[in-house]
Amino acid sequence: MMQFMEGSYAVADAVRLCRPQVVSAYPITPQTHIVEALADMVANCTLDAEYITVESEFSALSACIGASAAGSRVYSATTSQGLALMFEVCFNVAGMRLPIVMTIVNRALSAPLSIWNDQQDSISLRDSGWMQLYAEDNQEATDLHYLAYRVAEDHQILLPIFVCFDGFILSHTYEPVETLTQEQADAYVPAFSPYAKLDPADPISFGMFASPDYYMEFRYEMDRAMDRAKERIVQAGKEFGKQFGRDYSGLIEGYRLDDAETAFVAMGSVCGTVKDAIDEMRAQGRKVGLLRIRCYRPFPGQEIVKALQGVQRVAVLDKNISLGSKGAVGLEVKDALYGSGISVFDYIVGLGGRDMKKSDIAAIAAMAEKGQGDQFYGLRQEVLR
Amino acid sequence: MVDKSLELFDCGHRACGGCGPALAARLILKGAGKNTIVVSPTGCLEVFSTPYPETAWKVPWIHSLFENAAAVASGVEASLKKQGRSEKVVVIGGDGATFDIGVLCISGAFERGHDFTYICYDNEAYMNTGIQRSGATPFAASTTTSPAGRCSTGNKRPKKDMPQILAAHGAPYVATASISYPADLMQKVEKAVNTKGPCYIQVHAPCATGWGFEGNQTMKVGKLAVETGLSVMYEMSDGKVTKVKKVVRKPVEEYLSVQKRFRHLFKPVRRDAEIAQIQATADRNAEKYGLDIKLKKPRE
Amino acid sequence: MALNIGCTARPGKSRSNRTGAWRVFRPVFKHDKCTKCGICALVCPEGCVEEREDEFYQVNYEFCKGCALCAEECPAEDIEMEQEGK
Repeated sequence: MMQFMEGSYAVADAVRLCRPQVVSAYPITPQTHIVEALADMVANCTLDAEYITVESEFSALSACIGASAAGSRVYSATTSQGLALMFEVCFNVAGMRLPIVMTIVNRALSAPLSIWNDQQDSISLRDSGWMQLYAEDNQEATDLHYLAYRVAEDHQILLPIFVCFDGFILSHTYEPVETLTQEQADAYVPAFSPYAKLDPADPISFGMFASPDYYMEFRYEMDRAMDRAKERIVQAGKEFGKQFGRDYSGLIEGYRLDDAETAFVAMGSVCGTVKDAIDEMRAQGRKVGLLRIRCYRPFPGQEIVKALQGVQRVAVLDKNISLGSKGAVGLEVKDALYGSGISVFDYIVGLGGRDMKKSDIAAIAAMAEKGQGDQFYGLRQEVLR
Repeated sequence: MVDKSLELFDCGHRACGGCGPALAARLILKGAGKNTIVVSPTGCLEVFSTPYPETAWKVPWIHSLFENAAAVASGVEASLKKQGRSEKVVVIGGDGATFDIGVLCISGAFERGHDFTYICYDNEAYMNTGIQRSGATPFAASTTTSPAGRCSTGNKRPKKDMPQILAAHGAPYVATASISYPADLMQKVEKAVNTKGPCYIQVHAPCATGWGFEGNQTMKVGKLAVETGLSVMYEMSDGKVTKVKKVVRKPVEEYLSVQKRFRHLFKPVRRDAEIAQIQATADRNAEKYGLDIKLKKPRE
Repeated sequence: MALNIGCTARPGKSRSNRTGAWRVFRPVFKHDKCTKCGICALVCPEGCVEEREDEFYQVNYEFCKGCALCAEECPAEDIEMEQEGK
């Protein structure tokens, strides 16, 4: 059914249809509307779940661990400071191979304190073993949640997953969204079948410690699972397309890349702006295109190389920065393209909610053509010391 | 009825010989029974019982992190509730995880009123990392981060009163116990797991390695702690003390002098001020809880 | 042996660690003044004191660490510690 919904509510609706048994989340701007919507659903019996009003994000994810290990499908959502507080727990969840799905409503990290959007938070956990998907619009943000449960809970994968969408820009924006029915959701997302669970009938010890004789092999197994996840995500995305008409089988999405000389690479909502800017530039005869990364972990290196064949230069838009180095996405794209001869320029954009307009995209294209890159874009010179 | 023959904690674990917490785990599981899911934070018990692939636990058990056992237990409890399952959820964790780093999660879990039992084996320091002081370390005890020396007489602060803190959260049942009184401990565990709501038991569990005594003295040292009034055994129902173990009190010196962690109070010089302060703590406990058995005849 | 993903294990594996090798002294149960009170079995941190069919208790020397708590706590003083022979 087509509904005109705020992004947060669309996501909450999808989560409801995935039938989590335990929801444990701590409020933090701009995720609050999601958890409030879920609480409302529980209070009005449209969601049959235990809702734990935990005392911090650290506890939110920890409670998810207990509930997941005990055999329940679980859900949580957070952002920025909350995700940073969960840092330790995230590594723990992935290592324990618990298929937890968590929405990240991307927001900048303190200090300075900011409630506005950038992607530093989820990107800063790229080492953790969580899969990461980035949505361009609210339809995709909604749909990716079904895909997330399906892929994470696959017994060949068993890795947790972030579904990321930009705070305020998407979460608090009303867009038309096609929602599923319960029957459709049940058909696509099977009932939770834990790989192992806490049960006196078959007692298992979870979370033992591993000596140097074993630790590396456990980590290697996780890396293998990440590898297998690529194909599972593609399969699940294809299946979603078959059942509901919206295909998500691409780890990446190309937009007017075929004969592009300059290609943008970006993730999330800025891609909508980039696509509009590309249409305008194309109308002026400039050969530009976009490679949108949908799946950031596992990183689609091979797919990027294939899609960017023939491109002369790449302009990566990084809504994050690894201080002391460069933007994270830029570094990984550069790594994927090593040896190809394609120039890669990294632009740090949009931090802390700094707006990105079509004119900015055009300006960056021009900078890339002049060979100017690897810098912050759009600084207010009058503010700098 | 507690089945004393039930062995749910297996041999082959790597605890020191004479380990108080190892005995605590065995006794706690006898009190809790087979239909139990255990959550442990990082600490001695977790480390010596589960070096992959060896596990000593014969009940379902989960360890996540150092500070989040109570939050993990909250999640387990919520899941069991949703699934309509009846297993008891029991946290067994050390004083480090309970008094200090885990306070956030414990407070939240107790405030929300989850139906679970939190049992702290209290060996009065961060033992697993090498005997550093915790909020449970008693006054004047020497640990590696509160060592006795030329300018110090050991730990400067009194023991945090965790049972009272959790009683203040509205816990329906709070108790203190000791491994030196095994039948009492098992009974209290059985009572706690069968009481609805968040219950807390603090088990005094002497550590031979950390406190400095021979492994075969563990039970005797634990008894002395109770008999001197430094460790009080009581039960609270809905915040009111209902039962107290009364003792014929011994002077605290009898307890302090058998542990190396208090040796600096006696050698090279006697530290009367500190010993008096410790005696005063025992006296205050006696008054507050009515510990002293009133003898008909005065003692010789 | 294949890894159990997530670092998990089922009960029983700790018994492959024969902690009896730690011992310097071993407890000898005389069964002379023993009153079958069961305190030795209760206070053993290993849980390696087992009740026999005749209701006396015996030590599983594969796991006994020789901590001597049983000897110390036996009310009948029926347990003696002897140095491990070579």
